Amino acid sequence: MPVQVRGEVLGVRRAGQYHVLTLTAPGIPELARPGHFVGISVGGEGTGMILRRSFSIHKVADRGPYGGTLDIAFAVHGRGTAWMAGLDRHDSVDIVGPLGRPFALPREPVSCVLVAGGYGSAPLFMLAEQLRERGCRVDFVLGASTEDKLFGVLDAKRMASTLTVTTEDGSLGEKGRVTDVLPEIIERLGSSVVYACGPMSMLAAVADTAAAHGAYSQCAVEEAMACGIGVCMTCVLPVIGDDGVTRMLRSCIDGPVFRGDRVRWADVGTVPADTWGAPAGGHR
Amino acid sequence: MTAVIGYGPVGGEPGEPRIDMKTWIGDWVLPSPIMTASGCSASGKELDPFFDLTRIGAVVTKSVMLAPRSGRATPRMAETPSGMLNSIGLQGPGIEAFVEKDLPWLRERGVRAVVSIAGGSVEEYGKLAQVLRYCEEISAVEVNISCPNVADRGQVFACDAKLAAEVVSNVRRIIPSEIPVIAKLSPDVTDIVGIAYAVVKAGATGLSLINTTLGMVVDTETLRPALAGVTGGLSGPAIRPIAVRCVWQVHEAMPDIPIIGIGGIGSGLDALQFILAGASAVQVGTMTFNDPSSPQRVHTELARALAERGFGRFTDAIGYAHRPHDEPLSEFVADAWAEDDRAGEGSDPARPLSSGAAG
Repeated sequence: MPVQVRGEVLGVRRAGQYHVLTLTAPGIPELARPGHFVGISVGGEGTGMILRRSFSIHKVADRGPYGGTLDIAFAVHGRGTAWMAGLDRHDSVDIVGPLGRPFALPREPVSCVLVAGGYGSAPLFMLAEQLRERGCRVDFVLGASTEDKLFGVLDAKRMASTLTVTTEDGSLGEKGRVTDVLPEIIERLGSSVVYACGPMSMLAAVADTAAAHGAYSQCAVEEAMACGIGVCMTCVLPVIGDDGVTRMLRSCIDGPVFRGDRVRWADVGTVPADTWGAPAGGHR
Repeated sequence: MTAVIGYGPVGGEPGEPRIDMKTWIGDWVLPSPIMTASGCSASGKELDPFFDLTRIGAVVTKSVMLAPRSGRATPRMAETPSGMLNSIGLQGPGIEAFVEKDLPWLRERGVRAVVSIAGGSVEEYGKLAQVLRYCEEISAVEVNISCPNVADRGQVFACDAKLAAEVVSNVRRIIPSEIPVIAKLSPDVTDIVGIAYAVVKAGATGLSLINTTLGMVVDTETLRPALAGVTGGLSGPAIRPIAVRCVWQVHEAMPDIPIIGIGGIGSGLDALQFILAGASAVQVGTMTFNDPSSPQRVHTELARALAERGFGRFTDAIGYAHRPHDEPLSEFVADAWAEDDRAGEGSDPARPLSSGAAG
C-alpha cells in the first residue's frame, strides 16, 4: 500500500552525469523493495508543472535520528529534474510511494546477472544485497554510451562476484553493448535469472538474449507516466498474460518489473492487432 | 449517521468550521460537493490508499464502453504549461467486466458511484444504459458525449445539439427516473448554451462542464506530433478559465439546472470559483495526478473558504457571483469580512469576494 508523505531533503550530490537525492519519507523506506519507485511532485508551490516525476528507489537506509531515508538517482532532462537538482537541505518534497511491482526474488540460491544501461542500475544495488542475503551469486553488467554515463560502478564492484563494464565508445571496459558480453556470462556462470533495468531497446535485447540462453528475465521498464498510481492509463505497453492474450498493461501498477518473455518488446509503442480490445483485432 | 455526514470537512477534525456541505443533483443528495473526474480515478480503488473515498460526494468512474478497448498507442500524454494533453482512446474492460468486477468493489466500500458511459453510436449508449438500469449500486450516470459518432463521419456527439440530445434522451428513457442522468459537455463548440438547452430538453438531470479541450503538441526533437494520436484533450489548470466561463454562461441561461464544474480544480478556492459561477458540485480531475489525496483536501479547503466568507451552507454560495451589481454582499458575508477586519486580518488584496464586489 503506497503512502503520500512530506519528505525532507537531506542532500543532493553529483554522481558523474547524474544526481542523487537523499530524503526522509516517513513510512516509505520501511516498505520499499527492490524495483519499487516513488512519485515526486516538482516545482514547488504554484508551479505549472503538474505531473509527478517517477524514479526507482536507489537505496534505503536507517539513519537513526532521521528515521528511514531513501536515495533516488536522476538525470537532469528538463525543468522538473533541474528543479530537483537545485533542492537544498531541509527543503520539503511531496512524495508518493512505494509504487509498482518490485523484482521477484528466486526461492533457491541461484546465480543471477544484473544488467543495466546508464543510471538504470539505480534499483539494482538494493536487489543485489537481497539476492546475496539469499545466498545467490550476483554478477553485474553495466553499460552506457560513454564512461561518464555509467552509474554505480564502485558499488557494483563491491557487491558483485564479477563486474563487466561495456561502453559504446570503449572509454571504459569492453567496447560494445551489454548484450555483446551477456551470452558468454550466462553460459560461463550458468546464470538462472537475468535482472535488467535501462532503456527499452536494451531491455528488449537483454530479454531475447536471456531467453536464447535458457535464463529467466525480469525487466524494469522506463515508461512515461503522468500519475504513477494507476489512474491515468498513459504508461501502457503490450504484455502477454498467463492466458496467452496480449493486453495493454500499466507499467506503474502491473510493472515496472515485467517478465522479459511476456513483454512484446518489438511492439512497444503500438497496439498489436491481436491485443485484447484492439480496434482491428480478433478480440473485441 | 446521515445527520452528521453532511457537516464538517472530511475527517471532521476538531476546530474545523461546521459548514453544511450537502448539495443536490436533481433528487440525489450528496454529503459533499466534491467528486473525482472521469478518467482521473480509474474505477476508484487505485485512489483508496490515499483517502477515504466514502467521505467525498462521489467517485466518477472512467468512461466505459460496450466492448473491451485496448486504447491507443503510446505516447499517450504530454505535459503542457499548467496542464497536460492526453489521448488514451478510452482503454477499458467493457461494460460486462466493469459491472462484474469494478462496481461491486465500490458498493462494498460504500462509495457513491457515478458511472460514466461512452459510445460510438446512439444505440451503443442505449445498450450501456440497458446494462446499468439493473445495477442498484449506481448513484448517477454521466454520459460522456465527447466521442465520435461512427455512423456520421466521426462527428462528435457533444458538438451537435441534435445528436447530443438523441444520445441523452435514449439513455434517460432507459435509466430509472430516480437516478440522475448527467450530460458531460465539450467546450469545443461555438455555443455551449445551445447544446446545454438541447440535452436538458432531452431529459438530462444535470450537466458536467467541461470535458477536455482539443489540443496538440509537436515534439521539437523528433519533429513529429508528441502524441501517437496526434491531437489530444487538454486538461488541468490551463483550461480552468474556459471551464468557469462555460459554467457561468450555462448557469445564467438555466439557473435551475444543476451543474458540476470541472477544469483544473486543485484547491478549495479553485472549487469556489466554480460554485460562485453557478456549479452545484465540482470534480477534481487532472490535479489528482499531481496530488492523489486532492479530492479530500479540496473538500476541507472549500469548507474553510466558505466559512471564512460567512456561508453557513454550501448551497448558499451556488451562483453567488451572479447577483446584481447593485446588490450588496449578503449580511452574513459582509459580517464575516467585518469580523476579519476587526481581527486585523482583513487587508488581503487577493480576497476573491472583495474584488468581485468591486468589479
